[in-house]
Amino acid sequence: MFEVESSTRVERSSVVPGTEELIINMGPQHPSTHGVLRVILRLDGETVKDCDCDIGFLHRGTEKIGENITYTMFIPYTDRLDYIAAPSSNLAWVTAVEKLFGWEIPMRAHYIRTLVAEFSRISSHLLWLATHALDIGAMTVFLWCFREREMVLDLFEHAFGARLTVNAFRLGGLFQDVPQKFLDLSQEFADLFPGRIGDYETLLTDNRIWLQRTRGVGVISADDAIDLSLTGPILRGSGVRWDIRRAQPYAAYPYLDFVVPVGENGDVYDRYLVRIEEMRQSTRIIQQCLAQLPKGPVSCKVPRTIKPPAGEVYHSIENPKGEFGFYIVSDGSETPYRVRIRPPSFVNLGGLKKLALGGLVADVVAIIGSIDIVLGECDR
Amino acid sequence: MGVVEGKFSDNFITTRIDSLVAWARKSALWPMTFGLACCAIEMMASGASRYDFDRFGVIFRASPRQSDVMIVAGTVTHKMGQALRRVYDQMPEPRWVIAMGNCATCGGPYANYAVMQGVDEVVPVDVYVPGCPPRPESLMWGVMQLQKKIEQERYIRRKA
Repeated sequence: MFEVESSTRVERSSVVPGTEELIINMGPQHPSTHGVLRVILRLDGETVKDCDCDIGFLHRGTEKIGENITYTMFIPYTDRLDYIAAPSSNLAWVTAVEKLFGWEIPMRAHYIRTLVAEFSRISSHLLWLATHALDIGAMTVFLWCFREREMVLDLFEHAFGARLTVNAFRLGGLFQDVPQKFLDLSQEFADLFPGRIGDYETLLTDNRIWLQRTRGVGVISADDAIDLSLTGPILRGSGVRWDIRRAQPYAAYPYLDFVVPVGENGDVYDRYLVRIEEMRQSTRIIQQCLAQLPKGPVSCKVPRTIKPPAGEVYHSIENPKGEFGFYIVSDGSETPYRVRIRPPSFVNLGGLKKLALGGLVADVVAIIGSIDIVLGECDR
Repeated sequence: MGVVEGKFSDNFITTRIDSLVAWARKSALWPMTFGLACCAIEMMASGASRYDFDRFGVIFRASPRQSDVMIVAGTVTHKMGQALRRVYDQMPEPRWVIAMGNCATCGGPYANYAVMQGVDEVVPVDVYVPGCPPRPESLMWGVMQLQKKIEQERYIRRKA
């Protein structure tokens, strides 16, 4: 980055190449920031010297909206927080409100919720893998992942009538029982999907380009990850076996058998392996849910006007991205006094500086992909 | 065209320049991936395996300099509005805008301090696609509406 001014007549041999730092804006309109994130990078050559995130381009005032509408009316807004895994956000909200009430939910509802939440985990991880691989340069993975993702979205459509923002659960259980066809197709998908995961792995796991771009990139140690309160696959990729489905079980998870996969090195590659294994475990959970699915009602008795007792509650679940929680303060009226969202992406994005510093500018794309952010919940 | 039609051998067609230009423009609409929120996921699904937008000559470009149409997919906040206008200004003419989803159309479910009540506050919109989010089929419908609109435009001589 040096210029030779044409007006000053200097011999070419006497010019010493000088260097200076360069500030680069990545975003808010950039295809690999997965939405509207703006990253301000200070570069020395290709090395990242400093990295700062500018968020809020998708701030929609969801928390404020929550204070003005009833508990039931807020469920569709939770769809639009983590829109890649909408049923997971629904689950966080309804379980938080049910905890405030102290309601007992029928077992069948618990199982169906778990089933749908795991489908949403698969759909989220598939979208992550598709876009992450596309950012790094693998086009086939994108097309393959969307093929299976469409199958999951078809399942949602059978059960809830929508593809993406499904509004799946209601306070007290489900709106109605799922149709038999949904269960049949779920079984079909669960039998077929492990083979497809194998297909993705043949494309990436031993791929030399993939290894070069991901191994040893964006390394974070377990202690640092805990200090930054990172959660989800990024924490497990560093070797910390922490999963809220295990640590504080909710829905039907206490009755199900699954493994929480962890990585070793805490780099982009390990986070990739963790998510791939999580998809396998999700398929296992789906198989178990379908086998154990109890009969009975899908909703408890819900009063016509939902007025929770005054008090406060915090409840969090294991979203595909990490710990997704709601903190609700109730003053005993029909609307919440305060809704606070604990978004996994917002907190995980706080680790970007730690991960990107000292790396190359091309690695920032891989690192942002491996954090798996969703700006909807990050900016709220 | 009745006079010249059928007077040439099979290898020739007769048409108006306007139709030819419109046909060329509508058959290769390259949209810019302006994904903002939930709708962006459905926009990606439109371009992916099942719906396969390439069939319509619609190929997503990441740069405004190479694109003809901007699909505004998602909620436009006041903070994002400036960037959106800037990207629109970077696109070469002729350019079109599709407002995808309720948020880009009118603010959708977000009627508050942060959200712009429709992207038409900053850029002129050609086609509005309703839905929250619209299905990929709806987006295809929107693109086909835009193609119809382009067909009707006249380039050589403006209507008096």
